[in-house]
Amino acid sequence: MSQIVVETQGLSMRFGGVTAVDNVDFQLRAGELRCLIGPNGAGKSTFFKCLTGLLRPTEGEVMIRGETTTGFDPHRIARLGVGIKTQVPSVMDGLTVAENVWISAQRVHSAPEARLAVEEMIERFDLGDIAERTVDRLAHGERQRVELATVLAAKPWLVLLDEPAAGMTAEEVERMSAIIRDINRHAALIIVEHDMQFIRAIADRVTVFYQGAVLVDDQVDRVLADRRVRDVYLGKKA
Amino acid sequence: MRPGEALSIWRAMAIGAVALILLPFVMQYYTLTVLVIYGMLGLSLGLVWGFGGILCFGQAAFYGLGAYSYAIAAVNIGESSVPFILGIVVPALFALVLGAMMFYGRLSDVYLGVITLVVTLIFFKFMNATAGSAHVIGDARLGGFNGIPGYQTLNVPGSPDDYLYDDRLYIVCAVALLLVYGLVRWLLASPFGRVSVGIRENELRAELLGYDVRARKTLLFAVGGAIAGLAGTLYASWAEIVTPGLFSLGQSAEIIIWCIVGGLGTLAGPIFGAVALGYLKFLLGQQSMVDNSIVLGLILVLVVLLLPRGIVPTIRDLFFRTFGRRRRRSRRPARRQDNAS
Amino acid sequence: MDLAAVILVEILYAVASLVLIGAGLAVVFGMMRVINLAHGEFMMMGGYATIVAVNLGINVYVAMIIVAPIVVGLIGLVVERLVIRHLYGRLVDTMLATWGLSLLFIGLVTMIFGNTTTGISTPISGLTIGAYQINGYNFFIIVVAVILLLAVFAVLRWTRVGLVARGTMQRSDIASAIGHNTSRIYMVTFVAGSALAGLAGGILAPLVGLVPSSGGAYIAKAFITVIVGGPSIIAGLMSSAGLLGVVAQIFTFAATPVVGEVALLIAAVILLRLLPQGITGRFLKGRL
Repeated sequence: MSQIVVETQGLSMRFGGVTAVDNVDFQLRAGELRCLIGPNGAGKSTFFKCLTGLLRPTEGEVMIRGETTTGFDPHRIARLGVGIKTQVPSVMDGLTVAENVWISAQRVHSAPEARLAVEEMIERFDLGDIAERTVDRLAHGERQRVELATVLAAKPWLVLLDEPAAGMTAEEVERMSAIIRDINRHAALIIVEHDMQFIRAIADRVTVFYQGAVLVDDQVDRVLADRRVRDVYLGKKA
Repeated sequence: MRPGEALSIWRAMAIGAVALILLPFVMQYYTLTVLVIYGMLGLSLGLVWGFGGILCFGQAAFYGLGAYSYAIAAVNIGESSVPFILGIVVPALFALVLGAMMFYGRLSDVYLGVITLVVTLIFFKFMNATAGSAHVIGDARLGGFNGIPGYQTLNVPGSPDDYLYDDRLYIVCAVALLLVYGLVRWLLASPFGRVSVGIRENELRAELLGYDVRARKTLLFAVGGAIAGLAGTLYASWAEIVTPGLFSLGQSAEIIIWCIVGGLGTLAGPIFGAVALGYLKFLLGQQSMVDNSIVLGLILVLVVLLLPRGIVPTIRDLFFRTFGRRRRRSRRPARRQDNAS
Repeated sequence: MDLAAVILVEILYAVASLVLIGAGLAVVFGMMRVINLAHGEFMMMGGYATIVAVNLGINVYVAMIIVAPIVVGLIGLVVERLVIRHLYGRLVDTMLATWGLSLLFIGLVTMIFGNTTTGISTPISGLTIGAYQINGYNFFIIVVAVILLLAVFAVLRWTRVGLVARGTMQRSDIASAIGHNTSRIYMVTFVAGSALAGLAGGILAPLVGLVPSSGGAYIAKAFITVIVGGPSIIAGLMSSAGLLGVVAQIFTFAATPVVGEVALLIAAVILLRLLPQGITGRFLKGRL
């Protein structure tokens, strides 16, 4: 089996008296595509934020490629070669599409390579017509694509996506599935997602969160057939 | 650097040079020099606020610190080269420390405004309270409310008796402004500057892309402090006295008004605002009918209400719209409306 | 023993005057997220209104407690309708516009009254505690500050206006969605805040030599007290005025009043560095 690239040990996050993430052990192997699912408030987004450095966990450790990254700021996580996409599209509104992508590319590439990387991303995400438009004038789906292009321009080996299909039309969701499979050819992925349709389309292995802890961790078809998972989603007690 | 950017910088500097050469034909050197110094001060905040998105209510602190550093060093040393350098370095270092304290504390916009304002006030109160012989630095008496007079003004480097004043001081200030303008334009066209604008637009995104936002903002803030310090140093040489008034709230307000009126998100805007309003203040100072703070206050209120983007960007857009040249929409100014909560 | 009593009174007085200075700004900031940088000038105009009224033969208490708030409240009404109303939700722009207004008011007052110091004498004579002389007016200021806090609390807690205002304070979008006219609430709030500034200016007038630029001394203190206090109006005002007042007074006793003022400013900077959302942003959340 391939090497473990992301690992958490006993990861917990408490806000006051509320335990949002409760003692989670998690492993991701190189090249894997993993979906994190669970009902609202299950702790998957909080767990995601602990991985990305947006939150500092109360207890436990995060390791990325063997290096302990617990308490790292997001920019240090990103510098390890991790691409992060937040739930609400986070783009630089007053800049053009090309400038957004360039700012990401220039950190890892030399100037001429960065220009090539920008062109490549604009081509790949079909942004050619709007490359010189400022991002604040774009539709939601376009902004999502701009953000992905920006994240991928830095050529990450691990991509963390928080609800990439949120607020998208059926057609856009399909397009996003294709994009994600494409990303997976070069990078491992962790995807937090709600949309079951989307998960069926892309997922390989799924981790189900419930009340802050991992409920099931298995292949997608087995997880979807699991009684406990169905109960959780229908609101019964596990 | 984008293709054509270098050309655009040279062109802007050439236009500026022509203006600076022609202006002495219509105005006295003495007035003109201080207007150019104001332009430099406006430029410093225009960089920090307009391109870095850092709302600094206390740019006067660095200005005053530059002026005082120069004056104190000049009293002690005499020859003006070292004081001149100290007048830039001291405020830059102070901005570096203050910036690090604020940005590493992750303070939001409004709180940044408060802290910079308060720091300026601390200087103001402190300098006002330094009358008497107990407050000396070397041979320099801080002098409290009366300030420090009678120090060595700028001289030709190496010859302490060859003073730079009147037309020669004007030339020094004008060349300094052109140089600083060119350097800042170059800085903004460099990756550092373009990432700074990215940070202004979305801090979280920049952080997630692997940029150390706090360090970069601190650095940009220090550059702004250095430029304001240079303006203060030149002012000290022009005025031949430094007083606590340099640190006053009114001084801070004026710098902000220049930027707002001229237009944020451009460099020409704050310079233009500073020169135009500085001249207006000079004209108002020659009559006693209307108090000049009425006029300044009214201008600020009206510009915020009616021309929220400032004069220069508005005129530029009008120009390009009228003459139909296709051009990318000019940048949205960084007047972020972040919530205080 | 006498010294301890004097120090206690002086500290209470320092806290009370910060409460007075900050109250109007706190109401406006707490409920509308508007920072009125002309607040100091509102206080200054409250002071002038009091002095003019007294010179016209009106009783000094009537002038301070009734005339000053009404005059400044009306000025606030005009300002809200002409300027502030257009800038809601644009925090930075309101700060800039009100800064412009502050300059405008300084200029206007200078033109009307001239750039000279005016004042009235304190209506309460001094008294002696043991070997120490103490300003009797300090007690009046402490009493007024306490009454003021109680009144603001009562209005917010028990009146219908207060209920709506608290709702607006929490979520303006929801308050307007359930049909309350937020524009009108904001107007009333701003006028109330202005009147409080006028009251504070009137009450402090006998203690200071008033000049048109007096507002500058107030605004910094008010601004700091409110921002350090954080989003809750009463809890924020009390906690930050308490803390800053004590610090300022201790340093004033230990050194000089100037050191006291500088200590206050430095304390504010340190507090903001440690608690970027203000005291009540961290503790006492959700109180009034």
